[in-house]
Amino acid sequence: MSTRFWTGSRRDTLAGYLFIAPQLIGSLLFVFVPLGLVFWYSLHEWNVLADTFTFVGGENYQALADDPKLADALIATGFFSAGLVVLNLSLALLLAVLLNQRLRGTVFFRTVFFSPVVVSLVAWTIVWSFLLQDNGGINGLLETVGVDGPNWLRGDATAMISVIVVQVVKNVGLNMVLFLAALQGVPANLYEAATVDGAGRRRQFLSITVPMISPTILLTSIITVVGSLQVFAQIAVLTQGGPGTSTTVLVYYLYQQAFQFHHFGYGATLSVLLFLIVLLLTLVQWRMRRKWVFHES
Amino acid sequence: MKIRALLAAAIAGVLALGLAACGGEEEPSTGPVSLRMTVWSSNEAHLKLFNEIADAYRAKNPRVTEIKFDPIPFESYTTTLTTQIAGGNGPDLAWLLENSAPDFVGSGALLPLDDTLAKADGYNTADLSPAATKLWQADGKLFAYPFSTSPFGVFVNNDMVKAAGQQTPAELIAANQWTWEKAVAVAAASSAKSGKAGLVVRDFDYKGWDNLSTVWSGWGAQAWSADGKTCGFDQQPMVDAMTFLHHAIFTGKALPGPGTTADFFAGEAAMTITQISRTSLLKDAKFGWDLVPLPTGPKGEYAVIGQAGLGALKKGKNADVAADFLAFFTNPDNSAKLAAYFPPPRTSLLTAETLAKTNPLLKPEQLQQVVIDGISSGVVKPSHTGQAEIAQAVRAALDPLWKPDADVKAVLGGVCSAINPLLAK
Repeated sequence: MSTRFWTGSRRDTLAGYLFIAPQLIGSLLFVFVPLGLVFWYSLHEWNVLADTFTFVGGENYQALADDPKLADALIATGFFSAGLVVLNLSLALLLAVLLNQRLRGTVFFRTVFFSPVVVSLVAWTIVWSFLLQDNGGINGLLETVGVDGPNWLRGDATAMISVIVVQVVKNVGLNMVLFLAALQGVPANLYEAATVDGAGRRRQFLSITVPMISPTILLTSIITVVGSLQVFAQIAVLTQGGPGTSTTVLVYYLYQQAFQFHHFGYGATLSVLLFLIVLLLTLVQWRMRRKWVFHES
Repeated sequence: MKIRALLAAAIAGVLALGLAACGGEEEPSTGPVSLRMTVWSSNEAHLKLFNEIADAYRAKNPRVTEIKFDPIPFESYTTTLTTQIAGGNGPDLAWLLENSAPDFVGSGALLPLDDTLAKADGYNTADLSPAATKLWQADGKLFAYPFSTSPFGVFVNNDMVKAAGQQTPAELIAANQWTWEKAVAVAAASSAKSGKAGLVVRDFDYKGWDNLSTVWSGWGAQAWSADGKTCGFDQQPMVDAMTFLHHAIFTGKALPGPGTTADFFAGEAAMTITQISRTSLLKDAKFGWDLVPLPTGPKGEYAVIGQAGLGALKKGKNADVAADFLAFFTNPDNSAKLAAYFPPPRTSLLTAETLAKTNPLLKPEQLQQVVIDGISSGVVKPSHTGQAEIAQAVRAALDPLWKPDADVKAVLGGVCSAINPLLAK
């Protein structure tokens, strides 16, 4: 009986499910269930201290639409993401191209630029918070060349720039390695042919390198955009959202609402908004790939 | 078909977890009890004393098998505590900061203590100073015991002050000249001479603005009115106090500017304003130091106190046992022991002699001037329902003040515009 039930294809099916089960259970428990709960919480007013959990329907969403501080948070998020993506990707590509040359010492420099990626984020940020103080290391260095540095973390613009640069230096190595791998996958004979045809290095870069590594550019830009929307530790350690609200990005605002002001329901509503933004951006980028990814392997 | 089955399973999972998170209220048990109390001190001497008191309680109450003191870092204390409560994993007892007192006391999260304390042997509730318990009461009931009522004073690095050729604050007090004008002058001169910081308002760091109440109270200013409804930042006393402070920071260089850190206890500043419970940090100090009351402001002498309460959470499985332990922990005998580190709210213990026994680093006149006089006349640091949100709004609105060319009056007006809607809630 059992031998007839367990036909080859059934056994394969079972094996297939078993293989994906760990991943599926993990996703279910740690992605889909929390996602569902966040949406559920966003429909409630949850007062932790008074221990009340009341259904309020769309009230939190109405509050979201009426929240005067939300616009500031979205603008700060936009600045941060745009600054981070542009700086990170261009620097990563530049480094990758430089370190892809057959020169002495490239292995050393690859290691140097990659090492911040494996450093603990909080430790990294705390060290930078000391360096960026008014009487800290950066201004001390500037002083030796006669420059009176700004109070980095206390000025509206410099605080945002500081947070972006600290994050770029931390993570640029990851994108650099991805670009390096992509660059090394570009067949050398394309460059040889282009040289024979009389194309200069600039032309070769724009017409061969960029199209050939465009899938990696897409991948890194998705990772970086999504990652930039989730920035938290750097803000919490360096600026706590200040000065004023200039570095209060969406995730930090969400944290304040939920965990500091105890508006868990509203915090959940902001999470839903963040989820939708990430989803939308990823979809847009994915759709656009047909327009500018010339080569998919 | 398969997708539908999968979805059904997912939804079932969500519902099951959701229900588990919502339910789970348990009946009070009669079996063994284990209690957990969150604190923000991880000082070994503090924890040793707590454990001794806990052991004595367990010896009398064999049903209580464990009492665990769970230190949470001070910086994120209230956030961590409320997150634990939100996650259904709250402690049985918790230390509470004065700035979260209105939220906790008013929310119904805490068990009223009056009956338990009245029943406890020899507890003597009449001994508790009304000034100390005021913040922790609502509707005539006491919701937390103010185990620490710690006045702010000025710690002075006398070596640094003398090196700058200045009179020490003690000498100024003797000459009846210990005013804010003099204090910032001494701080500025000491800073200029030593190249280190002058006066540091500890824990302010251009963010923890409520610590500035140790300054502005000298001008009679307040963050908001006693009923919590009217903003005080745009009132004249506050404008005067903040103008003075702004001048002292940016023109006088008496206080380190924004983005500069200096630790008095590591010898990096001439003076610091902080609570006397920090005295223990001076045990191995390599410099001559003194503790004096806050300087007098235009409104004369004043004192500011910071408080910490101890409450039992109503939601805890063994809330009644927790309250009973709280009564034991804070009875007259144990209060006397705790007074070594935390100035007690019991008037009978607030004498220079009693406090001197447990505070060997401080002289009797320091205890009398700063601690005992401070507790009887002090105003508590500002607190309000929804404090965290108000504090954040004030911090953001005050940021423009910490620039050399700030328009003090305009900035303070902006603070009121930012917090008026929150005060009205």
